[in-house]
Amino acid sequence: MPKDSGIGASPKRREDVRFLTGDGRYTDDINVAGQAYVHFLRSDVAHARIAGIDTSQAEGMPGVVRIFTGADFEAVGGIPCGWQITDRHGEVMQEPKHPVLAHGKVRHVGDPICAVVADTLAQARDAAEAIVLDLEELPAVIDMKEAVKDGATKVHDDLTGNLCYDWGFVEENRDAVDEAIKSAAHVTTLELVNNRLIANPMEPRVAVGQWEKGTGDYTLYTTSQNPHVIRLLMGAFVLGIPEHKLRVVAPDVGGGFGTKIFHYAEEAFCTFAAKECRRPVKWTSSRSEAFMSDAHGRDHVTKIELALDAENNFTAVRTETYANMGAYLSTFAPSVPTWLHGTLMAGNYRTPLIYVNVKAVFTNTVPVDAYRGAGRPEATFQLERVIDKAARELGVDPIELRRQNFITEFPYATPVAVEYDTGDYHATMDKLIEIADVAGFEARAEESRARGKLRGFGVNSYIEACGIAPSNLVGQLGARAGLYESATVRVNATGGLVVMTGSHSHGQGHETSFPQVVADMIGIPDDMIEIVHGDTANTPMGMGTYGSRSLAVGGSAIVRATEKIIAKAKKIAAHIMEASDQDIELKDGKFTVAGTDKELAWGDVTLAAYVPHNYPLAEMEPGLEETAFYDPNNFTYPSGAYACEVEVDPETGKVTIERFAAADDFGNVVNPMIVEGQVHGGIAQGVGQALLENCAYDENGQLISASYMDYAMPRADDLPMFTVDHSCQTPCTHNPLGVKGCGEAGAIASPPTVVNAVCDALQRAGKNVTHIDMPLSPARVWAAMQGAEPTMGAAQPAAGSAGSAEGRSLHGQG
Amino acid sequence: MTKVSMRVNGKAVTAEVEGRTLLVEALRGPLGLTGTHVGCDTSQCGACVVHVDGKAVKACTMFAAEAEGAEVTTIEGMANADGSLGVIQQAFQDHHGLQCGFCTPGMVMSAAALLKDNPKPSEAEIRHYLEGNICRCTGYHNIVKAIQAASGQDVAIAAE
Ligand code: FES
Ligand code: FES
Repeated sequence: MPKDSGIGASPKRREDVRFLTGDGRYTDDINVAGQAYVHFLRSDVAHARIAGIDTSQAEGMPGVVRIFTGADFEAVGGIPCGWQITDRHGEVMQEPKHPVLAHGKVRHVGDPICAVVADTLAQARDAAEAIVLDLEELPAVIDMKEAVKDGATKVHDDLTGNLCYDWGFVEENRDAVDEAIKSAAHVTTLELVNNRLIANPMEPRVAVGQWEKGTGDYTLYTTSQNPHVIRLLMGAFVLGIPEHKLRVVAPDVGGGFGTKIFHYAEEAFCTFAAKECRRPVKWTSSRSEAFMSDAHGRDHVTKIELALDAENNFTAVRTETYANMGAYLSTFAPSVPTWLHGTLMAGNYRTPLIYVNVKAVFTNTVPVDAYRGAGRPEATFQLERVIDKAARELGVDPIELRRQNFITEFPYATPVAVEYDTGDYHATMDKLIEIADVAGFEARAEESRARGKLRGFGVNSYIEACGIAPSNLVGQLGARAGLYESATVRVNATGGLVVMTGSHSHGQGHETSFPQVVADMIGIPDDMIEIVHGDTANTPMGMGTYGSRSLAVGGSAIVRATEKIIAKAKKIAAHIMEASDQDIELKDGKFTVAGTDKELAWGDVTLAAYVPHNYPLAEMEPGLEETAFYDPNNFTYPSGAYACEVEVDPETGKVTIERFAAADDFGNVVNPMIVEGQVHGGIAQGVGQALLENCAYDENGQLISASYMDYAMPRADDLPMFTVDHSCQTPCTHNPLGVKGCGEAGAIASPPTVVNAVCDALQRAGKNVTHIDMPLSPARVWAAMQGAEPTMGAAQPAAGSAGSAEGRSLHGQG
Repeated sequence: MTKVSMRVNGKAVTAEVEGRTLLVEALRGPLGLTGTHVGCDTSQCGACVVHVDGKAVKACTMFAAEAEGAEVTTIEGMANADGSLGVIQQAFQDHHGLQCGFCTPGMVMSAAALLKDNPKPSEAEIRHYLEGNICRCTGYHNIVKAIQAASGQDVAIAAE
C-alpha cells in the first residue's frame, strides 16, 4: 500500500500549481523600476586581435546610457576558476585570465566585446549595430591534438602553450598497468569521441543587477543553481563587493543541468554596471546567445584499452583522453575530466589496475564545464562500449562478461581512490532483464525483420559518484570551495516550520520532497512545512544543487537541523510534563512520557518555546530554531543497469528507440514520482546525446549548431515510453537518509546503451560495425553500414541471458 | 508606437507597441502576463504558445499589431472560474508532467488545442502533435500520460 505522506510517498508537487497557472516567478519575470537593458556585442570570429573599437556613432543613438568595453574592467578581477588541478609532474595547471569583456583578443565565437546599456533592449541592439570593430583575425585553434603540438597558435599568448594540464591517475600504477596490458591474454582497444553538447535548459540565462545609492547594497537576480557560490565568486574575486553588501537571488529557475552552476561574465557585468549607470541593468539571453555563451559539456576524445586474462577477467584498464576546456576555464571545468571522471573508471568491475591520462586543452571554442553527469557519462561511455566490444571479440555474452567481473563485496576500495559503500549490481541486472523482457527480444527482432527493419539490443551497467562530497577530501584534490550543505529549521509558535536550505530547486521538486522528510521525523502533515531557497538574504550559506547532491547532502543537513529541533523540543516537553527528557517520545506529532499516559501536542511545545511562561529558562534559551551544516564523509554511489532496443532502417540509417528500460539503485527513495521523473529526463538527454545532439564547430571555429534549427533537441516523437524501476535499494551507509541521488543516472547510463544496441542491430544484419561516434545520425549509421565488412550476421550471444534473480532484489524499504 | 487592442483571457486590453513588437513581448511586457515564456529566437521551442481566435499560435511568430481585435487566451486564462486547476492543468500535476515549469505553459496550451481537434489522441498522435514544443526536463513520458489522462483515457497515476 503506497503511503500518502512522508518518506516514500508521492504527494503531488506543490510548486506545480504556480507553474501551471502562469504564476511562476522566473528571473526574466522580474523587472526593477527604472531598469535599463544591456545587449552584448559578441565576437563572430573564433580568434582575433582587437585592433580597434569605434563606439562614437553608437554613443549618440537614442536611449543609449553607456557603452562598456574591456578597458572598463581592467581594474576588476577576471571570472575565477574554482578548481585547481596538479598535473602528473606536480605542476599546477595553466590558468589564464578570463576578463568580463574581451580585452586585447577575442578567443571564441560569442566572446563579448562591448556591452551597450540603453533604455530599451531594442535601442541597445540598434546601437550595437552602429559599433565599428576592427578585428585582425588569427588562425583558430580547434583540433585538440593539433593544439598541443609544438608551434601551434596559442589561445593565450601569455601561457606556455595550449595544454592546461597533463594529468595522470593513479600515476604510481602506470608501469604496472603497462605491464598488465603487455602480458594480457586479450586486449580490446577502442577510440571514441564523447560529443560536445549544450545543456539547453529551456529558460535562457538572465541577470538583473541593482545598486542602492542610499545603502551601497547590491542585489543580483540571476538564473543560478547556487546563489551563494555566485555571491562568493563574484563578490570576492571579480568585483570586490563584501558578501554582506551583496544579495544574490535565484528565484524560479527553468532548468539548469549544470550550465547554471557557473559564474558568468554577464552576471558580473549587470552588477557592476548597475552602480556605474546608477540604474538597474537587465540582461536576458536569447537562445542564439545561449548557444555561444552558456558553458558547453563533454567534448572528450579518448583511447581506451581493456585487458583480460584467459578466463575473461578484467586485469587492467588504460585510457588516454583529450578534454576540451574551450577558451577559458569555466568555474568547475578542470575537475570534470579529472576527479569526476578518472575516479569512476573502475565502473562496476573488479579491475585491479587502472591508469587514466587526461590532457586538458585550450581551444578557440566556448568554455566547457559540467553538464548533467559531468565526467561520469564520459567514464561510463568508454568503459561500457569497450566491454561490449570485448564481448563481441571474445564471442561471449556481454551480460555474462559484465556479471563475471562485477564487484560483489562492499565496501569496495577501487584502484582509483574511491570506496563504494554499497551496491548490488547483479540485483539491478536481474531486475533489468525482467522489466526489459529480454526473453521476448528474439520474437520482436523477427517481427522487425518482417517489416524490413534491423532490431538490436544493447545493455550496460553504470556506477556514479554523487552527493559531492567531503570538503577536506575535495580540498586536497584542488577544490577551492567546501562541499557541505546547510539548513536552518525555524519552528513558529503555532507549530508550522520553515526550512531554509542552501540547496536550490530548478525542477527537482524540493518544495515537495524536503517537507516529506521533516514531516516524517516529527509526525505532522507535509503542508505544515514550507521550504525557502534561492535567496542569500534568507538562507544559510549553501553550496547549491548539482552532482545529484540535494537530498544526499542538503536533505541530510535538514535531518541534522530537525534532530536538534526535536532534542530541544523534548526538553521543553519534559519540563512541562515534569519528566526526564530521556523518557520523552515524539510520534505522530505528540510528545509522550514512556510508561505513562501523559501527552503533549507538538503545537503546545512550540508555543511554549515562544511564550516561555512554563519553561526551563535557567537551562535553555527560548525559541525553536536550529541550523546545521552537513559535510558528508564519502560520495554516494548510485548504480544500475539499462537496456534499449532500437530499430535501424537499412535504407536510410535512421535509428528509432523501440523500448527503453532502466533499473536503478538509488538507495532509499523519498518521493518515487519525482525520482522517476528525474530518470525519464536523464534518459531523454542521454538518448539525445546518442542519436541527435551535437555541438559542431567548423575548422575556422565557427559554431555551426547555434540554434534549434541546427542543434537537434530530443522531441516527443524521438522517444518511447520508458520502463523504469528503483526497487533494488541498497541504502547509502553514511548519510542519515540512506539516499544516493538520482538526477544524473539517466544521462550517464543511456548513451552507451543506445550505441551498444545500434552496433548489435548492424552486427545481426551481417555488418561488422564495432563503433560509430555519437550522435548516431542517419548519415553516420548509413555510412557505417556501407563501409562495413560482412559478418556471419552473428548476434552477440546476448539476449536471453541466464542468471538467477533469486534472493538478490531487495524490494523497497519494507 | 501604435496602439493595439485585443481581448486577452476575456478582458479587453490595449497596449502601446512598436511595429516590430512581437505578440509575446506585448503579453510579457506592457500586458504583464509573464506566464507565456520565451525559450528561443527561431520559433521552435513552443514555450510561447497561446491561443489566438481559438487556434494555437507561437506568440513569437506574430507581431502584436497583428493581434488587433483578436481573442487571445494565455496560460493565465486556463484555470477554472473558481481558480482551481483546469482539467489539463490538473492532469499535468497528477502525472508529474512538469519539472522546472518553463515549457509548461506552452505544453498546456498545445495540449488544449490538440484535445479540441482530437478528443482521444493516441500516444503517437500526442507525440507527433507536440513536435513544436520542446521540454528539456521530463523526457515527455509524463507529458504524454498527462494529456491522455486529460482526454479521459485510462492512465496509471504517476509512480504507482
Ligand atoms: S519562443 Fe516562441 S517558439 Fe520559442
Ligand atoms: S518542465 Fe522544464 S522544460 Fe519542460
